[in-house]
Amino acid sequence: MNENDCLLSVKQLEKRYGPHIGCQDVSFDLYPGEVMGIVGESGSGKSTLLNCMAGHLKPDTGEVVFNTRTEGLRDTVTMSEPERRLLSRTDWAFIHQHARDGLRMGVSAGGNVGERMMAVGARHYGDIRRTAEDWLERVEIDTSRIDDRPATFSGGMQQRLQIARNLVTQPRLIFMDEPTGGLDVSVQARLLDLLRSLVRDMNLSVIIVTHDLAVVRLLADRLMVMKSGQVVEQGLTDQVLDDPQHAYTQLLVSSVLHV
Amino acid sequence: MNTIIQVSNVSKTFTLHNQGSAEIAVLNNVDLSVSAGECIALTGPSGAGKSTLMRLIYGNYKAQSGAIKINDVDLVSAEARDIIRVRRESLGYVSQFLRVLPRVPALTVVAEPLRAVGVPEDDALERAANLLTELNIPENLWSLSPTTFSGGEQQRVNIARGFAHPYPALLLDEPTASLDPVNREVVLQLIRSAKARGAAIVGIFHDAEARARVCDRTVDVDNFTVANSA
Amino acid sequence: MNNEAYNFAYLDEQTKRMIRRALLKAVAIPGYQVPFASREMPMPYGWGTGGVQVSAAILTPDDRLKVIDQGADDTTNAVSIRSFFKRTAGVQTTTATSEATVIQTRHRIPEVPLTEKQTLVYQVPIPEPLRFLEPRESETRKMHSLEEYGLMHVKLYEDIARHGHIATSYAYPVSVEERYIMDPSPIPKFDNPKLSQNAALQLFGAGREQRIYALPPYTKVVSLDFDDHPFEASKANHVCALCGAEHSYLDEVIVDDEGNRMFVCSDTDYCESRRAQGLTGKSAA
Repeated sequence: MNENDCLLSVKQLEKRYGPHIGCQDVSFDLYPGEVMGIVGESGSGKSTLLNCMAGHLKPDTGEVVFNTRTEGLRDTVTMSEPERRLLSRTDWAFIHQHARDGLRMGVSAGGNVGERMMAVGARHYGDIRRTAEDWLERVEIDTSRIDDRPATFSGGMQQRLQIARNLVTQPRLIFMDEPTGGLDVSVQARLLDLLRSLVRDMNLSVIIVTHDLAVVRLLADRLMVMKSGQVVEQGLTDQVLDDPQHAYTQLLVSSVLHV
Repeated sequence: MNTIIQVSNVSKTFTLHNQGSAEIAVLNNVDLSVSAGECIALTGPSGAGKSTLMRLIYGNYKAQSGAIKINDVDLVSAEARDIIRVRRESLGYVSQFLRVLPRVPALTVVAEPLRAVGVPEDDALERAANLLTELNIPENLWSLSPTTFSGGEQQRVNIARGFAHPYPALLLDEPTASLDPVNREVVLQLIRSAKARGAAIVGIFHDAEARARVCDRTVDVDNFTVANSA
Repeated sequence: MNNEAYNFAYLDEQTKRMIRRALLKAVAIPGYQVPFASREMPMPYGWGTGGVQVSAAILTPDDRLKVIDQGADDTTNAVSIRSFFKRTAGVQTTTATSEATVIQTRHRIPEVPLTEKQTLVYQVPIPEPLRFLEPRESETRKMHSLEEYGLMHVKLYEDIARHGHIATSYAYPVSVEERYIMDPSPIPKFDNPKLSQNAALQLFGAGREQRIYALPPYTKVVSLDFDDHPFEASKANHVCALCGAEHSYLDEVIVDDEGNRMFVCSDTDYCESRRAQGLTGKSAA
């Protein structure tokens, strides 16, 4: 697959909760190495959209076409559940807002990182442990903490551990749900810097949902602005933030004290 | 000479939806072209739209009509990822303000444009170190985040970053403002070297002497300002 | 002998039919946990209500029943279950492994190899091997159905990380015919190799958890491990103090107030029959 082949193609995605619209008429293409931000206020449908794309929710209509390594373009909405689950522990990753939702709190840091490797067949303890150590280093966690449980980690460390656990199988597409939410500002900056270099070094494609415009400015190439389940504006991140065209985006940008 | 930056028939109007849909027309029918090795200065009174035009050329503002071509890519109609590729490979921008992540060291900040085009880390850091040395940033500051630097130091880090990768097209917004005479000379030399290697440059210089020394011609933005042309 | 007030083997015919259907399904899908409508039994949970129900469903008047608890025929649990079936089914009982047709067991597999004419019924406290790390039943069932077993190795990884070796010494997880991961009930891992290619039918009953699973005769059962930490069927590094057996599973017994210990066969029938043949250990007096 080369840079010009689209990695993920979302087509006319719609999810309703009874008469209420979760998200509607969402279409876009994502390319390898691209980071796309989705912003909007609470209830705008951004999390619904993310969960529909990541396979956690079943959309009512539409396609989420992923360019798989072996079989090329596949609609992940209609593929079988075993296939989709295999995808989500190999080529996909999901970073939760609360690290405890994405970690096994009763398992050591090394076990957390090793799980995805073992899930795809790693059976050499020494190799698994070395890779786990390597990843702890990459996310700036002291390797002496490898046998400690995440419950003994700070919030920022837990979030970095969640990232290591997800990236260890070299996924190509990462879904992130408010990855810096709930962290101190200084911890946020460190995490953003880490994410940015990982994205560049691994040529990752990322879809990141957040309400924090500063986060998308630093991390996202492209931006999608959602309101009431609809995409009201999308484009280059700094263009959308500095020269917003839609009334809602203008309101959103002008409501922020410092972006 | 071969044209690197080509602006044709570009207009820009801001619509403020939340203030009674007020329409503010800024620029109308801008035409501009810059060749390889050429440096042009945008001139005109405050509010004429010099910065707006720079931002349009960078793709930061969205043009309502016309075309803005950097080599063969039209930024007005290009997809986001194409604009990003052009910025990474061909189009540098030294803004007046440095916007970086709080904890990233100055050396890394300067090396980043090179890393983005695939230059190996050691080579990128070496080039960054040379630039910071040239711009007289003391070595003991390199490992610190520039967010803690003085205004002049931040400006020089910003310039070093803008000149790290040899972009074919370069936009400079007040590159010599708030610099002492020594560093001002360094920056002017950087601009001359960029021209010598064939960069097409568009700049805003309030510093008239500096403008005279590096610019081949001036373009009066007032000619395109809506208030005047109407 | 037989108390006529009870239906044969205590359970009513409908219940036994229901359990047999579950057993047939379990045999058809080796290692798969089949839900069944576990009944209240006249004994507390943890005393083998699952095993008792399975035994009740398969016993015939011609059967000869042996019940062991931790390898012994003479503990309270074993004695009371044996007398329960003597009273409700009137079947013959025995302590000799080779004479039994049905052996209900808690925590051991007999040392003497079983035959095709025998059935081994295990009492199971927790049938779900994945529960240690994934408490959601809905999720573990999905993991079984999709063969997502990475988590099982996480448990072993944690063992090695903490103890330097796989410290799990009982209820050691196994893979059945390269498909289902199964909890073999809390037998010592020393017994794990006997699960595989066993000539006897092996049935597992979990009363409180309402699950039945099975290993048909000659089923391939592999204990999970790592390439660099292979499975070992370990036991105490001693010989039986009573019969001198070198390769049987041993219990450690404290013999006096000074803390002196001795190691004896946990399988009492095995030990007694060896001594009957004149074999002795150091402490045999």
